[in-house]
Amino acid sequence: MSRTLSAPVTVAFDYTRSTGPVLGRFLTGLRDGVVVAGRTSDGQVVVPPPEYDPVTHQALEDFVEVSPVGTVTSWTWVPEPVKHQPFDRPFAYVLVTFDGATKPFLHALDVSSPDEVSTGMRVRVRWAEERVGAITDIACLEPLPAGEEAAPVVAPSGAVDPVTGIVVPVSLDYTYAASPEESAFYRGLEQGRIVGQRCPTCNKVYIPPRAACPSDGTPTAEEVELSHTGTVTTFCIVNVPFLGQRITPPYVSAYILLDGADIAVLHLILDCPADEVRMGMRVKAVWKPEDEWGTTIENISHFAPTGEPDADFETYKQHL
Amino acid sequence: MRDVAVVGFAQRQMRDFDGSPTCVELLVPLFKECYEQTGWTRKDVGFWCSGSSDYLAGRSFSFVQAVDAIGVIPPVNESHVEMDLAWAMYEAWIKIQTGEVDTALVYAFGKSSAGVLRRTLSLQLEPYTMTPLWPDTVSLAGLQARAGMDAGLWDERAMAEVVNRSLTDAEKNDWALRKGGSSVEELLARPMYADPLRKHDCAPVTDGAAAIVLAAGDRAREVCDRPAWLTGLSTYVDEMTMSRDLTGSASARRCAEALDLGGVDTAELHAPFSHQELVLRREAGLADDVTINPSGGALASNPMFSAGGIRVGEAARRIWAGESDKALAHATSGPALQQNFMCTLEVSTGSTTGGNR
Repeated sequence: MSRTLSAPVTVAFDYTRSTGPVLGRFLTGLRDGVVVAGRTSDGQVVVPPPEYDPVTHQALEDFVEVSPVGTVTSWTWVPEPVKHQPFDRPFAYVLVTFDGATKPFLHALDVSSPDEVSTGMRVRVRWAEERVGAITDIACLEPLPAGEEAAPVVAPSGAVDPVTGIVVPVSLDYTYAASPEESAFYRGLEQGRIVGQRCPTCNKVYIPPRAACPSDGTPTAEEVELSHTGTVTTFCIVNVPFLGQRITPPYVSAYILLDGADIAVLHLILDCPADEVRMGMRVKAVWKPEDEWGTTIENISHFAPTGEPDADFETYKQHL
Repeated sequence: MRDVAVVGFAQRQMRDFDGSPTCVELLVPLFKECYEQTGWTRKDVGFWCSGSSDYLAGRSFSFVQAVDAIGVIPPVNESHVEMDLAWAMYEAWIKIQTGEVDTALVYAFGKSSAGVLRRTLSLQLEPYTMTPLWPDTVSLAGLQARAGMDAGLWDERAMAEVVNRSLTDAEKNDWALRKGGSSVEELLARPMYADPLRKHDCAPVTDGAAAIVLAAGDRAREVCDRPAWLTGLSTYVDEMTMSRDLTGSASARRCAEALDLGGVDTAELHAPFSHQELVLRREAGLADDVTINPSGGALASNPMFSAGGIRVGEAARRIWAGESDKALAHATSGPALQQNFMCTLEVSTGSTTGGNR
């Protein structure tokens, strides 16, 4: 058995980016079926156009259309494509210098074997069926059929409604591992136990346990089983709805200092009106039915008032 | 300039770290090793700086969690870079130059195996015209390797020679994941992977962490018989696109030009792909008698965010041991040697040079 628990996690975010005048011009061109390059002060014709001149550092303003046909200047085979690459089967990435340009441009080439690609070969743009003003408007490059020079189908250019922004969805998959100490904590929860660890230097009890005491950096080792009862140190009443919310507001999210612990844990306070929750309130864990338990904090459904008298402020003032 | 030396170094490298991506449990024993090497406690460390990335960890603020491994009562003077350990060390060196502190412990960590590393690294590319195509690290290196081959600057035999020497030297490195030289012929007989690269031309995906201890002047002499004095540091960056000349590395060349490399007998070059060592040797103008990557280098193991700094540590270890009197250490980041850092380490303090004075 692995010493740690792990689970798949996908972190995803759609990056919304404004393009500015230079990349906006380039992407507008792609949408309209033309490849727009920038001419720099040293006479280079560059695709995509750089936003600033590499020599004078002035904003680039000299745009020129180049051919969607060009010559491969370098290539690499992609035997095992990763998610979201232009092809989900082996293909080549190439650097291609379009006719009229002087510097190479990176994109994918649609070939089925490394034998079909070579430096110096002629290729052309294959436009995406639906073009929106993004680099992916070039679906890929493809070998130029013998005898053909011009690229097919080009929509009329004439920068009407220029592209000003793009959305780039990014999604990354991980196998996320809990630390050995956190793993012990989750394995304890699966057995209906709440397990923390004590720092041998300062004797503080951490829950969830951490690999090292954040106060003095000492590795924590001694396991401490904690009470299921504790004290509300501070709390907030959630009134604002948000995406993914599972409980109808208003409800209470609180820091609960379990008896014997030195750090509070965040959980819900339910089974009483939100406006009755207060600092010092004594609460106990309400567990879900045992057959629903897993290695998760969600085994504890919420905390509920015990009905005991409130804790004295002195008992938790160090933990606020 | 204040004289600053590397006086401590510790590392961990492994294929799959069975632990959390915050790596706290890796860092605690690393710091312990640094304390043992110097006789210090954490209270003797004037400044801390870490290098890591949340994109590698798959969680936010992983570097804040990592600070647990230091312990922050009383409060510590701490910083972070989303860069390799070598650049964290550069920040600490500057901090010491300000006179505010005399000592620093810099560290870096990364669990590359938590995601698909070569894909994750697409997020360091130009976000409008590159990232949406998800060009992976190996592909970008392959484009560079082919460009140099087509230009006649190197061939697959020269690349295999780099691999063979690296894996032979790696046999002496306990941390190397890939080790064991064979012959150039045997390496060339292995199948292509990402044509023109074979698998052994690409650094293995590596988890790990490393730490370096810096000290100024007498603080260094107190804890080290032969401190590895940092006599020059430089860092430069090339443009982000792949339209630059990939057969060389202008930023690496500028790094080298900013330093006095005369008398360098050993070089630890951070080359995650075999042909990149050839680029770096040429850009640094290293003579044939310079010992290159006695540790085995990044082709043997390449923990993200640590591997560049590990080159500094490996160079320092050789100064401490009397195996080198003057060493060059190099770190790289970004696609196809886009960002580079170099420093010289010497047995005597000399006068500090650098492109970033």
